[in-house]
Amino acid sequence: MADRAQPLSPWPGILAATGVAALILGTLVAVVLRAEAGTGLGASDWAALRFTLVQASLSALFSVGLAVPVARALARRRFPGRRVLIALLGAPFILPVIVAILGLLEVFGRAGWVSQGLGLFGLEPIRIYGLHGVVLAHVFFNLPLATRLILQGWQEIPAERFRLAAQLNIEGASMFRLLELPMLRQVVPGVLAVVFAICLTSFAVALTLGGGPRATTIELAIYQAFRFDFDLGRAALLSAVQLILTGTAAFLALKVSLGEGFGGGLDRQVRRWDGRGSRVLDAVWILLAGAFLLLPLAAIVLSGVPGLLELPPVVVRAALTSVGVALVSTLILLLLALPMAAAVALGRAGAVEMSGILGLAASPLVIGTGLFIVIFPIADPFDFALPVTAVVNAVMALPFALRILVPRARAVVARYGRLGLSLDMGGWSFVRWVLLPRMRPQIGFAAGLGAALSMGDLGVIALFADPELATLPLQIYRLMGAYRMEAAAGAALLLLALSMGLFWLLDRGGRWHAEA
Amino acid sequence: MKHLAFAAGLLSATAAFAETRELTVYTYDSFVSDWGPGPAVEKAFEEVCGCDLKLVGAGDGAALLARVKLEGARSDADIVLGLDTNLTAAAAETGLFAPSGVRADYALPVSWEDPLFVPYDWGYFAFVHNADAAAPGDFKALAASDKKIVIQDPRSSTPGLGLLLWVKAAYGEDAPAIWEGLADNVVTVTKGWSEAYGMFLEGEADMVLSYTTSPAYHLIAEEDSSKAAAPFAEGHYMQVEVAGKLAATDQPELADQFLSFMVSDAFQSIIPTTNWMYPAVTPAAGLPEGFETLVTPEKSLLLPAADAAAVRDAALDEWLTALSR
Repeated sequence: MADRAQPLSPWPGILAATGVAALILGTLVAVVLRAEAGTGLGASDWAALRFTLVQASLSALFSVGLAVPVARALARRRFPGRRVLIALLGAPFILPVIVAILGLLEVFGRAGWVSQGLGLFGLEPIRIYGLHGVVLAHVFFNLPLATRLILQGWQEIPAERFRLAAQLNIEGASMFRLLELPMLRQVVPGVLAVVFAICLTSFAVALTLGGGPRATTIELAIYQAFRFDFDLGRAALLSAVQLILTGTAAFLALKVSLGEGFGGGLDRQVRRWDGRGSRVLDAVWILLAGAFLLLPLAAIVLSGVPGLLELPPVVVRAALTSVGVALVSTLILLLLALPMAAAVALGRAGAVEMSGILGLAASPLVIGTGLFIVIFPIADPFDFALPVTAVVNAVMALPFALRILVPRARAVVARYGRLGLSLDMGGWSFVRWVLLPRMRPQIGFAAGLGAALSMGDLGVIALFADPELATLPLQIYRLMGAYRMEAAAGAALLLLALSMGLFWLLDRGGRWHAEA
Repeated sequence: MKHLAFAAGLLSATAAFAETRELTVYTYDSFVSDWGPGPAVEKAFEEVCGCDLKLVGAGDGAALLARVKLEGARSDADIVLGLDTNLTAAAAETGLFAPSGVRADYALPVSWEDPLFVPYDWGYFAFVHNADAAAPGDFKALAASDKKIVIQDPRSSTPGLGLLLWVKAAYGEDAPAIWEGLADNVVTVTKGWSEAYGMFLEGEADMVLSYTTSPAYHLIAEEDSSKAAAPFAEGHYMQVEVAGKLAATDQPELADQFLSFMVSDAFQSIIPTTNWMYPAVTPAAGLPEGFETLVTPEKSLLLPAADAAAVRDAALDEWLTALSR
């Protein structure tokens, strides 16, 4: 198959994938080489592994299971505020962990809004801490992302299919079986794998919402190995376990992800004529999901407003630094993700996709330490704090970008590849005149998500921190560490606004001529 | 093999001052932050040393030690500032630190004999609560009460480790029973101090593990006297924060000058209202107004550095067992 004539070369993508794999595995190897003989995995590590698997599987199942009806409702309905709601869906995901935890607890905590509401009726406050709390928090983070990715699956179905379905009077269950289920079988496994991988590396959220050391995850065990035991070997071993688990999940997802796609359409706007009977049900799903996601965000906004007016200039400077890092990171992300998506579309799925998802599984602590070990002998790692942060953020966002770009790239290559070949378009012409224009909305979405993620991520900057060049998330942590919770809340609101702004600009930029 | 750093340096103004002596101090991140002691300390020392003081932040105390171990003797650092007595045994074991030679009239409640490390501030761990609510007077009363507390994980947080050793120092072999009694009081365990303190301020718990000096922040910076620390009859475990000189420093005299400066008034008077800890040597002007309102424990607990390192792992296992049920 690889020998078949192709409209463009898969090699840039394979090269990018190799570079990403080299970064992630190379840093791991660097840590292993630096390690003295340490202890292997102990009983507590196995307990951490078990808990991690259980919480990540449940979180992925619930996030994606709930995202399907929400995405279906959003795909079928048009209502005022729909675009804003879809844009806000990106928000929970990009918040720094500590901010999101405090926002969630303001709503669902012992003294939170829900418990206070229950108290008005003489009811007991809800008990949030436990496995259910961990899953709830992870659903809060990942339901929006899963919804966006699955919603995009709906948007990939050409408008002509819905038109035909309407003419044939296909609705409800038949519509689901003929159009929606095949799409879901293609999209859902990949989304499950991504959410699973995100939850696998959870640490602060799992510990805090889990209510104590019962909720010890592998990432916490890595942290302990590093800073409590200084056992680099065990840290690397645990990190390898994380990579293997994520790799397995990604492999399974690729195996079970079935279907040939829907072929191309004329890129018309989708109109729907079906689903009149389920209007109420759709409304309920949208309202429930909206309330669940927006209430904690509202809590964050409310606590942030008082602090916003008195933000010190250093915070504003940090915000500018963060925007700069985010833009560079987004550029790197696209330079990696676009060739990789093209390579996948050209039939080089396996290894390229696997390499793309590893970024999620790699422990930031291990990557950061590995990079440190690599850079230290040749230069001062502090001089590279911002570039390293930009690169690592790009690699971490890569799995999302690929999930967004790959389906569309596949469809474009399948539909126009032969036409391009028969017209003897060179690879570059194909990219410029066929591929990029048709992928514009997806590129915009991927860029927006990448930029927002980079804005919110504390990432490796904490390991390389330079007092002169702090990012906004780092300043938020510093404000909190100096008791200045109100200013920190204000800075968090600024971060939320900037991330959403970047996301919105890039996402809209991709689809200014189409509907969201 | 410094050409990359050199190339980067050419772009920055520091190259122009290549003649100036430079002292590099590795410390924890909150020290260098704009709200920590870092900026004022840098200004004060540069006024007297005719040098460039470069403060470099690296995570927290434990991450700092990991960093120094990673870099070994090739480290650019001359001074490491921000270890505490739970880390000094491991730090001394690396053989990377040189004797300080500093002597001072310390205001510590314990005597200080360490030849390598110089203390610069200290504090007592304590449970902080709202002043209008009654607080239990010891761990047993806390365990018997229905007070909800939020604490930090000893594996990822310095105060969390402090609490672990506090219970161990106060109760020894009975520590597991204390933890079992406390288990139903613990709302949750957080990764770091900030999460826990933020949760307490939001009303998620009645008490939070912090320092006896925490109410001073609210009192002095916010003019808010609504927070108090609960005095415990068992005594309070201490944290003593120290700095040490690296043996491989290329600026030994400047490093010595910094350590002496560190226990002088100029440095010590910055500490109380930036690091919110007690200064290791009381400045001539005394403590800032408001510190006199803080609770003074009747008994100070502190395991010697070697013992702290020895009991740490067993104490962690007891903690994990009691709280994982």
